[in-house]
Amino acid sequence: MKSHIYRPLLVVAGLVCIILMARFFYVPKDFGVHGRGYMYGWYREDNIKFWEDFKVKYQGTEYCKDCHSDKYESIMTTPHAIIPCEDCHGPAVDHPSEPPKLAIDKSRGLCLRCHSSLPYPTSGRSQIRGIDPETHNPDVECVMCHNPHKPSLEGLK
Amino acid sequence: MNRRDFLKNTAMVLGGLSLPLTAFKILTPKEIFASTGDKAKTRWVFLVDTYKCVGCGMCVKACKLENEIPYDANVTRTWVERYVITKEGKTFADTPKGARDGFTTSKIDLGEGKFQDIKKDDIDKAFFVPKLCNQCENPPCVQVCPVGATYQTDDGIVLVDRKWCIGCGYCIMGCPYGVRFFHPVYHTAEKCNFCYHRITKGLKTACVLACPFGARQIGNIKDPNDPVTKVIMTERVGILKEEYGTKPQVYYLGLDREVK
Repeated sequence: MKSHIYRPLLVVAGLVCIILMARFFYVPKDFGVHGRGYMYGWYREDNIKFWEDFKVKYQGTEYCKDCHSDKYESIMTTPHAIIPCEDCHGPAVDHPSEPPKLAIDKSRGLCLRCHSSLPYPTSGRSQIRGIDPETHNPDVECVMCHNPHKPSLEGLK
Repeated sequence: MNRRDFLKNTAMVLGGLSLPLTAFKILTPKEIFASTGDKAKTRWVFLVDTYKCVGCGMCVKACKLENEIPYDANVTRTWVERYVITKEGKTFADTPKGARDGFTTSKIDLGEGKFQDIKKDDIDKAFFVPKLCNQCENPPCVQVCPVGATYQTDDGIVLVDRKWCIGCGYCIMGCPYGVRFFHPVYHTAEKCNFCYHRITKGLKTACVLACPFGARQIGNIKDPNDPVTKVIMTERVGILKEEYGTKPQVYYLGLDREVK
């Protein structure tokens, strides 16, 4: 065979070898076809562990109720019993070690998420006691008058 | 044509015709429930009760904080849509900031800074619909990934490998539900994964935990005693965009035809 043919061929063959070798070292051993087959299950298995080990932040009301039993028991007697603690107090993460103190959301906006009146007949929203935020004491925080742990009008501070 | 060829060709044509018929078959929850072909004991599914949702958006807030999605970036793994259908038959739908701060005004966000208020007397029906990844049985987002960076686990959850994703965006285009987006920090495809780190530890997802009204529920459809399985089997549930053949596994109670 003439050299102007086999020399480029040799170069190409060499390149293919280099790419295959690079691929051999670069692609991890756990990358390949798994449970759901080639179409849906072609992946790096180690990544499942990455997602399983992701940090849990919301711990749930059960996590709070032992240390803060007084608060827990008082809110349980009100309509706000259905609201998880962390919705207003923020995710507990590793509280009390980290963070030692949770930042409570006392903003008007938080209350208005449910209590801004929307007249939607086919949604549970219309069954919640609501106000018009533009006329009901605008510029004042709700917690100035209402206690979120004792929200009924009888519980006014 | 002799008789042998005729019979051969007939068998071939019939065989070819019968194949697509099975390919177009829509898998019912019962069939998935009954499928014993794979060894997995778990198949995560989601149930949304739109009658209970009040649009407070606590689920969206909890999801963003739990899954470290930048709070002020206008992207979110789950969101809540508001639908208002007027007596004239017009449909309005909006989801300001994905309902991260809930719905606090009756003004519908029309986009481009325009808002429209709809009077109480003009409303025929109005409701909220939470949306999240459907963890489809046939996920189109996974099929289109050229590098194997997104995949489905044996328990049905579609995950993204941030180390492997090259950011081509095919999956974001491929998802018919618009669930995927680019993570503003990692610049890789991002999506709801039913809080995989929580459900594999026996916890509820952050959005289920944060919902005060029980509008969201997660369950294992392979467990016949699971309350979610019981609802899906015995009550009238709907799914989104059935015609795409993706076999979504988020079931809705009280779905309306206006919901897309």
